[in-house]
Amino acid sequence: MAVCIAVIAKENYPLYIRSVPCQNELKFHYTVHTSLDVVEEKVSAVGKSLADQRELYLGLLYPTEDYKVYGYVTNSKVKFVIVVDSSNTSLRDNEIRSMFRKLHNSFTDVMCNPFYNPGDPIQSKAFNGIVSGMMVQTG
Amino acid sequence: MDQESAAASGASLISLTEHEQRYYSGLRALCQADAPGKLSSSKVAELFKASQLPPESLHKVTEVCGAKHLGYFGTAQFYIALKLLAAAQSGLPVRLESVAGNLPLPRFAGLKNEPEMRYAAAPPASDPQGAPVGSVAWNAADRGSFRHLEANTDKKPEPWSPPRSPCGSPPRSPLTYRSYPYSKQRNGVDAQIPYDGKLSSRSIVQPEQHSSPGHYVNKLAAEHPAVAQASSAERLNQPATLSYSDDDPWRITAEQLDYYTNQFKILQPDLGALILGAVAKNFFTKSKLPIPELSHIWELSDVDRDGALTFTEFCIAFHLIVARKNGYPLPESLPLTLQPAPAQHPEERFPDTPESSEPLIVFEDAALRSCQVVKDPNSVARLDPTLASRKQDLQEESLNQDGSVTRLGSSREKPALQLGAFPEKPEPHQDLDPQTRTKTRQRSYSSTSIDDAIKKAEEPPTPPPRPQKTHSRASSLDLNKLFQQGAPGVKSGWLLPPPALPPRPSASQVPHFLKVSEQASQSKVQQPNFADFSHFREEGGGLQEESGVKREEQGLASRFGLSSEDLGSTSQQDVSCTPHGQVPQKPIRRKYHPESQSLETGAPPPPMPFLPPAKTSQKLLSRQKREIQMAIRKNRETNAVLRRLNSELQQQLKVVHQERVTLESQLELLRPLAST
Repeated sequence: MAVCIAVIAKENYPLYIRSVPCQNELKFHYTVHTSLDVVEEKVSAVGKSLADQRELYLGLLYPTEDYKVYGYVTNSKVKFVIVVDSSNTSLRDNEIRSMFRKLHNSFTDVMCNPFYNPGDPIQSKAFNGIVSGMMVQTG
Repeated sequence: MDQESAAASGASLISLTEHEQRYYSGLRALCQADAPGKLSSSKVAELFKASQLPPESLHKVTEVCGAKHLGYFGTAQFYIALKLLAAAQSGLPVRLESVAGNLPLPRFAGLKNEPEMRYAAAPPASDPQGAPVGSVAWNAADRGSFRHLEANTDKKPEPWSPPRSPCGSPPRSPLTYRSYPYSKQRNGVDAQIPYDGKLSSRSIVQPEQHSSPGHYVNKLAAEHPAVAQASSAERLNQPATLSYSDDDPWRITAEQLDYYTNQFKILQPDLGALILGAVAKNFFTKSKLPIPELSHIWELSDVDRDGALTFTEFCIAFHLIVARKNGYPLPESLPLTLQPAPAQHPEERFPDTPESSEPLIVFEDAALRSCQVVKDPNSVARLDPTLASRKQDLQEESLNQDGSVTRLGSSREKPALQLGAFPEKPEPHQDLDPQTRTKTRQRSYSSTSIDDAIKKAEEPPTPPPRPQKTHSRASSLDLNKLFQQGAPGVKSGWLLPPPALPPRPSASQVPHFLKVSEQASQSKVQQPNFADFSHFREEGGGLQEESGVKREEQGLASRFGLSSEDLGSTSQQDVSCTPHGQVPQKPIRRKYHPESQSLETGAPPPPMPFLPPAKTSQKLLSRQKREIQMAIRKNRETNAVLRRLNSELQQQLKVVHQERVTLESQLELLRPLAST
C-alpha cells in the first residue's frame, strides 16, 4: 500500500500526485521531486544500450528513514513514483511491480481518451479509482 | 419564498444530487419551524438523534455545518448537516471535505413520518435508477409537500444549469407530480425556453421512472416530436427523441438507436468500422458538455480501450451524453442495460445496415448477448479489465462453445486415419465438455481425443475378435499347412514366420513369444493369441503374419481399420521383418517349435533339426524369396502408414508448440520483470 503516488511527465512536471491526506503532503511532493534526480541517473546509466533493453521498472530509488521510493519509467519518459511506508515491510518487489503495471495500464487508458490532452493534469475517475485502490487506506 | 431562496443558496453551497435533494427537502419539511428560514431546533435534534450517531459526532456536525455559529438551523446548514450525518454514518470524518463526495443518504431510525421512512427505504444515492424507487414512494406521499418541493426543485436547477460538476447534476424535477398544473407548467416552460441543451432538455426530461406513466407519458410523447424538430435543427447530438417510457433511462430505445445509427453513418459510413478518437472528440464536443464529463463518458464507453469507438461504443457514448444533457448524473460505471454484450466485439460485429443491427441492441441485454453470440461466434474476445469478469467468462464460454462445436465437427469428420497414435489421456476428451478450455487446446486434442475415445471403446472388445478373425484363419491355415505339408509344412511354417515374426524384432522377443505361446494348448491357439495380443500387440500381429502370405495384407488392412495399436504393431512387425528376413531360420524354428508342439503333440523337434540338413534348400530359397517379397510389400505399406502417422504427429506437435508459446507469453506477463 502506497503512501504517495505520482505521475511525472517527460518534462519533469507532475501530471498527477496523490498522497495519503492526513500526512504532510508537502513532504511527499518534495520527496518525489528529489527522486526525479535518481530516476534520471538510473535512466542515463543504461544509456549506452538501446531503449528497448532498458528496464521499465527501476526498483528502489532510495530509502529514507521513514519510507522507500520506487520508480518506473515508460518508454515515453513518463515517470511513475511510488512512495511506500518503510514500516510496511511486507511489500515485496513483485507487488510493487504489479502496482506499477496497473498504473501503467490505467495511464495508457487515460492517454487513449481523446478528450485528454497530453500534458494536462490527469483527472480521470478511473485512474483515481485505481490509485485509491493502491493507497494506504486511512479511516 | 424565503425558504426556497435559502434552499437554493444552501444547496448551492454544496452539490446535491437530485435524490439527496428530495430527501433533504422532505426532511426539512419535516423540521419546519415557525419562522421562515429557520428549522425547529428541537425537531432537528430529534432527527439527529434518529441518525443513531454518538452525541459527539452530532455536536461536531452542528459545529461544522455552521448552525452553531448562526444559532439556528437554516436550510443551508440543515443540508450540510444532513450530508455530514451521511458522511459520519458511512465512516468518514465529520468535516466539510467529506461533504464533497457522493455519499449515501443519511439513515434515520424511528422516524414516524411516512416520507422519511420511504426515503430511508431508498438508499442509493446519485443513481437515477434509484430514483424510481423514490418516485414510487412519492405517489402516496403528501402532495402538499411535494408541490412545495416541486416548486423548489423546479427553480433550483435554473441557477445550476450553467456549469456543473458531475457531482451536482441538475436535478430532475420529480416525476411523480402528475398533478396537472405541474405538467402544464412544464409545458409552458418548455414552450418558453429556447431549445438550448440543458435547459430545454431538462424540461423535457423527466423520464421515466416510473410508476404511473399514464397521461404523463402521453405528454412526454407530445413534447418529443416538437422538440425533436427543434433539436434536429440544432446541433447534431441533441436527439431529444428520448422516449423514456421505459423504466430504465439507460436503455437505448429503437428510435434512439436509429438516431445514433444515423449519426454514426454521418461520421463513418461503414457501420463496422471504428470512429477515431479525434473525430469522436470533435463530435461530442459539440454537445457542449464540459470536457471532464466528456472524458468520463469516453472512459465509460470505450470498453475495449482502443482509443476508438465502435458502433456499440458510439451508441453507449451518445446515450450517456444524451442522458447527461437531460440531467442524469453520470454513473461511475456503465449501467448494466447499457453495457455491450459480453460476446460482442468490435469490427467484425457490425458489417450490416442499421436495420439488422437494431434488433441486436434494442432488446434486453440477455437477448443482445445471445444475438451477438449467434451472430458472430468467432470474434476474438479481447479481455477488457474494466468489464465484469463474468462477461469475459461468458465471452470465452460462448467462443469456446462455438469453437468446440466446430472442432468437434471437424474432428469427427477427420477420419479415417485414426492415427491418433499415442493414447492421449482421457483428459483431452473431457476438455471438450467443460468448454472452458482454449480453442487451441481443443484443436489439438479434439481429433486425438475422439480417436482415442473410439480406440478406447474398441480396445476392450477388439482384441478378442481381432485375433479370432485372423488367428482363426491363421491357425487354420497353419494347421492346414502344417498338416498338409507335414515336415515340409513345418518348414513352410517355419519359413512363414520370418516376415511375420514378432514385431519386436530381436530374437530375444522370440523366446518371449515362444514361452507365452508354449503355454497355450493346442485347441486354444487363438486364445494364446488373445493373451499374447493383450500383452504384446506385436505378437498378435506376428501371429497374423504367420497365418500366411495371403493373410498378411488382409491382416494389415484389418489392423489398420482397427486401431493404431495395430499400426504400431504392424510397424514394429515390419521393422522386425527385415531383420528376420536376415535372421537365420533358427529362430523361426524355435518359434514354430511351440506351434508345432501345440498343434501336433509330439514330433516337431525331430523334424526341425531335419530342416537344415535335408531337402529343400531350394524350396527354402524360393520360399524365402516369396517371403521377402511379401515382407517388402508389407514394409512399404507400413511405411505409408508410418508416414501418415508422422504427419499427424507433426501437426500435433505444431499445435502443442503454439500452445506452449501462448502459455509462455502469458507466463512472462505474470512473471515479474527481470531486473537489469
